[in-house]
Amino acid sequence: MKGKAFKFGDNISTDHIVPGRLAHLRSNLPELAKHVLEDADPTFAARVKEGDFVVGGNNFGLGSSREHAPLVIKMAGVSAVLAKSVARIFFRNAINRGLPVLICDTDKINDGDELEVDLKEGTIIDITNGNRLTFNKIPAAMLSILDEGGLMPYIKKNGDFKM
Amino acid sequence: MGKTLAEKILSLKSNTDVRAGDIVISPVDLAFVQDTTGPLTVREFLNNGFEKPANPAKTVLFIDHAAPSPNNQLSTDHITLRDFAEKTGCVLSDAGDGVCHQLVAENIAAPGDVIVGADSHTVTAGGIGAFATGMGSSDVAVAMALGKTWFRVPETIRVVCSGKFQKHVYAKDLILHLIGLIGADGATYKALEFAGETVDNMPIADRLTIANMAVEAGAKVGLFPSDETTRNYLKAQGREDKYQPLTADSDAVYERTVNIDVSELEPTVSKPHTVDNTALAKDLKGTKIQQVAIGTCTNGRIEDFEIAASILKGKKRHPATRLLITPASRTILKQMIKKGYAETLLDAGAMILPPGCGSCLGLHQGVLGDNEACLSTANRNFKGRMGNPNSFIYLASPATAAATAITGQITDPREVL
Repeated sequence: MKGKAFKFGDNISTDHIVPGRLAHLRSNLPELAKHVLEDADPTFAARVKEGDFVVGGNNFGLGSSREHAPLVIKMAGVSAVLAKSVARIFFRNAINRGLPVLICDTDKINDGDELEVDLKEGTIIDITNGNRLTFNKIPAAMLSILDEGGLMPYIKKNGDFKM
Repeated sequence: MGKTLAEKILSLKSNTDVRAGDIVISPVDLAFVQDTTGPLTVREFLNNGFEKPANPAKTVLFIDHAAPSPNNQLSTDHITLRDFAEKTGCVLSDAGDGVCHQLVAENIAAPGDVIVGADSHTVTAGGIGAFATGMGSSDVAVAMALGKTWFRVPETIRVVCSGKFQKHVYAKDLILHLIGLIGADGATYKALEFAGETVDNMPIADRLTIANMAVEAGAKVGLFPSDETTRNYLKAQGREDKYQPLTADSDAVYERTVNIDVSELEPTVSKPHTVDNTALAKDLKGTKIQQVAIGTCTNGRIEDFEIAASILKGKKRHPATRLLITPASRTILKQMIKKGYAETLLDAGAMILPPGCGSCLGLHQGVLGDNEACLSTANRNFKGRMGNPNSFIYLASPATAAATAITGQITDPREVL
């Protein structure tokens, strides 16, 4: 996976990603997706391109259980979320939607850097500054879901939890 | 080796012997959604070929976040939930009944239950000893369909509370203090388990307030033991048969223990824009507040309105400060009326909103204007939470909220009494 890094700070909440005031758009996902991360960076939705990365700091995705948060990030074309740490429900929701979340030292990545991520190798290469980072292994149970593209395809295939 | 409450509940429920770090497949006693997460759950459920929930009677759809609906899109989402309930036989709780978490506590949750809800504050039922946690729409759709879900058994942080609260210091001050201490990610992926003499003597309303905010420290669950207080709470609801005692084993293994002497606590406030950004109310004097909101699943119980009414009795809200009251359930609203708290609050200049989530999440019923500040008894003060990213939210106890409504600036309740 190759793309540009969009850098955000610590504690990017689900309200930054899809604020409650837009709850009326949650059954109109294409419209909701136009507002992705609006309260963190109003220019993000217009600038992000297919394959790019959202790069957070600590505790990315804290707050609500709204699955619309990883869903609109994925709909924006983002291929993975990178963060120093991630909130529990967001992590599970992202994997359930087939959006990889990679825990790594994002201090070494600058906004706008070109990144190349190898999911199998567990590496992130920052092409812009030459840094090579590794990310924590995704737990086996979650990897089995991610490998199927998300929870629903996983359940369709297995008919049950096979962990 | 003994078990923590989380290990014990998940072992009993799954009929296996599990420890922190294990993956467990557990039956669920209740799966629920609310009106901002439920429509996606229903679509995922139906689009993936599921027809009926495994246990319709244990599947509940709550309409509480936008209740009554402020616009046509949310009204249509409500229809989606009502239609699904009618077709599948699962339970509908419609607008006006109250907030899902309060209704789960009042009517459904029992000690030892495993509960999943498509709402992060599902953790509230930990106050009565249920392993209750928030999940997304897909997870809950699958839990509805299969009657089970998977968990990683969490490590546990034990919070031992000793001493007696000073006058006008409450459970809300304790949980805000704890989150300030360990941080908004201080318990990520973990269970918080509350113990100690203060907890032994703590009413269920306070336990629910504390458990409700466990997720604000990142926790998967906030668990309280099930004891005589729990039995009496269930008995008052006519559900004593659901009681079972539950305590952690004395030789359980904890990741760490945090000790808090509650007699040292003072009225505490979370400042914008994170819950762990805490300060003492007395140090924020002079901070002007345009709206005070008392209620929600955190502090919208009858005990909370009793405190607010006792402070506001015979007084008026500051003319520049709006005062919103949102009871967490219809039962609580009726109690407020019966006990005279509703009249006291109305006489003080309050608006009483329908039972539900009210202004907490920025959909309606008290959206903030540019540069306005709200002091709320809710659980979250993220940027934009109350409908406007150019506004500011402070979190505090009902007592601090009532005192602030009188003066129009953040006020330590001990100063107005």
